[in-house]
Amino acid sequence: MAIVELKQITRTYRTGSVAVDALRGIDLMINEGVFASIMGASGSGKSTLMNILGCLDQPTGGSYHLDGEDVSTFNKNKLANIRNRTIGFVFQSFHLLPRTTALENVELPLLYSDDNLSWKEIHNRAMHALEIVGLADRAKHNPNELSGGQQQRVAIARALVTKPKILLADEPTGNLDSRTSLEIIDIFQELNKQGLTIFMVTHESDIARFSERIVTLRDGLIISDKKVVPIQAKTALANWKEQEAIELENEVTL
Amino acid sequence: MKVSAVPYVALKALRRNKMRTILTMLGIVIGVAAVITMVGLGQGASSEVQEQVNRLGQNVVLVFPGARQLGGVSIGGGSANTLTIDDARALREEIPEVIAASPEVRSQTLIVYGNRNYHTRVYGQSHDYLQIRQWPIESGRMYTEEEVERTALVAVVGQTIVEEVFEGADPIGEMIRVRGVPLQVIGVLSRKGMSLMGSVQDDIVIVPYTTAFQRISGRSHAMVINIQVYDEHSMEIAQAKITDLLRERHRLAPYQENDFTVQTQEDVAQAATETSRIMTWLLASIAGVSLFVGGIGIMNVMLVSVTERTREVGLRLAVGAKSPDVLLQFLIEAVVLCLLGGIGGIALGVIATEVIATYAGWPALFSTEAMIVAVGVSAAVGVFFGFYPAWKASRLDPIEALRTE
Ligand SMILES: Nc1ncnc2c1ncn2[C@@H]1O[C@H](COP(=O)(O)OP(=O)(O)OP(=O)(O)O)[C@@H](O)[C@H]1O
Ligand SMILES: [Mg+2]
Repeated sequence: MAIVELKQITRTYRTGSVAVDALRGIDLMINEGVFASIMGASGSGKSTLMNILGCLDQPTGGSYHLDGEDVSTFNKNKLANIRNRTIGFVFQSFHLLPRTTALENVELPLLYSDDNLSWKEIHNRAMHALEIVGLADRAKHNPNELSGGQQQRVAIARALVTKPKILLADEPTGNLDSRTSLEIIDIFQELNKQGLTIFMVTHESDIARFSERIVTLRDGLIISDKKVVPIQAKTALANWKEQEAIELENEVTL
Repeated sequence: MKVSAVPYVALKALRRNKMRTILTMLGIVIGVAAVITMVGLGQGASSEVQEQVNRLGQNVVLVFPGARQLGGVSIGGGSANTLTIDDARALREEIPEVIAASPEVRSQTLIVYGNRNYHTRVYGQSHDYLQIRQWPIESGRMYTEEEVERTALVAVVGQTIVEEVFEGADPIGEMIRVRGVPLQVIGVLSRKGMSLMGSVQDDIVIVPYTTAFQRISGRSHAMVINIQVYDEHSMEIAQAKITDLLRERHRLAPYQENDFTVQTQEDVAQAATETSRIMTWLLASIAGVSLFVGGIGIMNVMLVSVTERTREVGLRLAVGAKSPDVLLQFLIEAVVLCLLGGIGGIALGVIATEVIATYAGWPALFSTEAMIVAVGVSAAVGVFFGFYPAWKASRLDPIEALRTE
């Protein structure tokens, strides 16, 4: 079943008299439970597409069905509810609130939920989300006391805490080194195995190969869309450890 | 959004920026403290004025020379020469309701005691002046009517004179010289404190008016005639009779205006109360300005903070906050700032009022109304000056907001 269905999506930015066509007619279907990635050169419209998928922005033309609803007709309030309930968003630069503990950062979306959860439940759910990303022991730490990878894991926990149907990530590994990137991808793959639909922007083909579908954009149009057999991040991480051990041995013998 | 989460989010945000929170509050603290202090002191001053008026004496009528002055009240006394000693005597003798009348003459002059000089006011008054003013003698005695008749060289002195000239020693029987005239001190007045006009009433030498007119001041006319009326009910009739008698004595034709002014204690009280009321308002409005400035400070800080926290707002919107949620958060932040500032301001204001009141020797009056109003006003300031920044924050576009550095 398709969770995302885009038909002839266009997006034109107007700055004074200049108009930039960032998206020029995107048709895209994403089925539930898929881990897909978007690639493309800088300026090809990846983020623009992602923002529309995330209901942060609205298309200039075309229709967008999310989980069976035509969200391109929704007003601001309804869009806020969709962002809160149906979508989890992960950003390149984490966007955690400073001087706020990991736990409180993760609780944030629940505060804006219309479900009217009890404080205890908010707390428990946030704690559970932190457990999923393996950071339960850092719940009381502020972002400035966490590494980049850990901060991104807190951000993922925040995206997961409302139990969304789809996780959107715009270059989630863009600010991280390759080893830490692998750890984040590993979390994504784990979540995906449990049935979460994930859609991720990246411009590194190394990272895209961990997903099962790669969509490539150029100048606001999809130029290729192919299914691949994903590499497992767990294996890559294990190899990495072996590699490190060998390198360490070499250093010692030298 | 969860209802209890709204204030939670706002308070968290304030706690995250403690320094800014405190500095912003300071403006409101000072504003509210100023209002409380000014109103408190103003009311204290008013009640003090009331007290003074009561101490002026009972059933007192004052007759000033010259026509009624602009504003209807003349406290200082005119300079016209229309009231004579004989007028005073006639008032006492011919009007049954008048039980005492003292023609007053004042001189600012130097008094000499041994090798000590002291500048003070010398009053010429009748023997019953202290009765009019309800001013008891502390030691010694007041001069008699007979002493007034024979221009006796005697004086009664106030507490300040005892302290400044005699260094606290008993002055009775001592000789002082005023403009070369030797006067024997025969009595000491009890302490009276500050007057309506703010002068120390104890800084005074009282001598028989005959002595004052003939030997000291060189004047021939009274500056004011102090009159005591028999009782409260006779005040009106007494005033009318005084006016009639003086017009007759001054041979004023019906078309001529009075060449004197008759005033009661109530007139003086009203003028003084009015003055202190105006002062209270003046002080309160100055304080209000500082509260206003504090409010602008809040708006300024909230605006800066909205700009600074654009990314925060963007993130909140991205995870599902709606415009009203953001508006309410910033509004509550502003109101909480102002309310905390208001409470701090009350505390500071109460302390400041106590200190100043003690220093000025006034009673400090705190009205609960002033405090409630101050806190209400500061909350209103919060809403008023917090609204624009909050509205600005709620109108942000999530993508734009997240993109800002
Ligand atoms: N707010 C905006 N106003 C005007 N033009 C914009 C705006 N946002 C994006 N664009 C333009 O739209 C096009 C697509 O931008 P987009 O951010 O989607 O690219 P991208 O694929 O994400 O690039 P990158 O890999 O560098 O992140 C670009 O030409 C960009 O200049
Ligand atoms: Mg981008």
